[in-house]
Amino acid sequence: MSSIGTGYDLSASQFSPDGRVFQVEYALKAVENSGTAIGIQGKDGVVFGVEKLVTSKLYEAGANKRIFNIDRHIGMAVAGLLADARSIVETSRDEASNYRSNYGSPIPLRHLVDRVAMYVHAHTLYSSVRPFGVSAILGSYDQQDGPQMYLIDPSGVSWGYYGCATGKARQAAKTEIEKLKMKDMPIVDLVKEVAKIIYIVHDEVKDKNFELELSWVGEMTGGKHEFVPKNVYAEAEKFAKEALEESDDSDEEDL
Amino acid sequence: MTSESMMSTEFWRNGPSPGSVYNFPGPGQTAMQNQSQIGAAKRTLAPTVTGTSVLGIKFNGGVVIAADMLGSYGLSARYRNLSRVMKVNDSTIIGCGGDYADFQYLQSVIEQRVIDEECLNDGLATHQRGLYSWMTRILYNRRSQFNPLWNVFLVGGLQDGEPFLGFVDKIGVADESPTICTGYGAYIANPLLREAYENNPNMTLEEAQKQIERCMKILYYRDARSINKYEVAIVTKDGCIVKPPVQPETNWEIAHLIKGYE
Repeated sequence: MSSIGTGYDLSASQFSPDGRVFQVEYALKAVENSGTAIGIQGKDGVVFGVEKLVTSKLYEAGANKRIFNIDRHIGMAVAGLLADARSIVETSRDEASNYRSNYGSPIPLRHLVDRVAMYVHAHTLYSSVRPFGVSAILGSYDQQDGPQMYLIDPSGVSWGYYGCATGKARQAAKTEIEKLKMKDMPIVDLVKEVAKIIYIVHDEVKDKNFELELSWVGEMTGGKHEFVPKNVYAEAEKFAKEALEESDDSDEEDL
Repeated sequence: MTSESMMSTEFWRNGPSPGSVYNFPGPGQTAMQNQSQIGAAKRTLAPTVTGTSVLGIKFNGGVVIAADMLGSYGLSARYRNLSRVMKVNDSTIIGCGGDYADFQYLQSVIEQRVIDEECLNDGLATHQRGLYSWMTRILYNRRSQFNPLWNVFLVGGLQDGEPFLGFVDKIGVADESPTICTGYGAYIANPLLREAYENNPNMTLEEAQKQIERCMKILYYRDARSINKYEVAIVTKDGCIVKPPVQPETNWEIAHLIKGYE
């Protein structure tokens, strides 16, 4: 890495001569090392999928989840350093609660994203802090504005997306997402696609074990963000595994 | 001219120093009143918009809580469509009498607590006993700061199949009982509900609702701070619901026989 030894990477408050902030780029590296997280916005909601890498067989199943509830109507899937992510989750929950107590209504996602992104951004400005090694996908659904989804970077930048991916295999995942006509798809169908994409992009050679996390928020959940029910999860996982086997078979035929 | 030279006469002893407010002597002067004379009042020590009685009764497999929908402003029937019962989660309901603003405040605090709980997504929820215990602490703490929440709360719920009904008032007094009525209802409705419960401790939901309706009607006839429209919240093993408002039929035919109270 060109930044090492140049002395410009010691603080988040210093530019390098060619105009980069290396601390932020290191934070992005931390995200790249993490299991993939994707989010897809369909016509009636948003679906999240996370490839949670399990580095030891000694861990309890279902520990250290990477999809969070922020408020009733908002979910967040994260890639990067989990401890950093939890800090952002707490900040987001505080912002949501604060908005609710001030305005008496649930926070619109774009306002929450603005506030959280500013908070993340503030950590790229001072020498006394390090940036968050996290990129977070936030999704929500409400009757008025329909489904919405945003991604916040370690730099504090945020974008709205129809489909987004972050973490290790984000490139491969984006390629898969681009194949979907997600704008016309209901989340009941999307949840299968999301599971499939996570299974496709998972690297069996480098990372052996992973747990699939699936959550959604949409019209059919009554605008509530929640982990998908057991039967939907099982069905999506089955669909993903079958799709994977089929593609393996056809690969062998090609050979 | 300084006050010193002007006011060294007998007349001005114990008077205010220049620029301050003169406190009239005499009875009714508490420390609190003196404080509130300077600047804005800092505490609400009297209710403004209030709700009257709340009724609650256990039945076989659940609890019913009912309250009418009037918000009185003093003696004036100011708001006629206020909901005074609330679903907290799938196992807990509350009903409230007393200051409506204080109720709304506690409502928002409870709602945020429920959301915080849901966010954790661990499958656990505060049950009525937990909520009830917490509310007794809140109310007692507030009265200890001489800043009470001017309410009476009924908490109802179902935990491990056992119905629960408790009440807490503005000074933190708390009690549990199979039938509870607050306000005017404590005098008028509670004996009726208590009798009904003692005659039939294993009421069905329908029977309990019938008793509630009877008492709400009687209260409407007798309690000048009530209205002919009430809401019922029910908790059973299938969850909680707040039913849409009901307006029972009333009969004033014998009203003209009552004389001497004009």
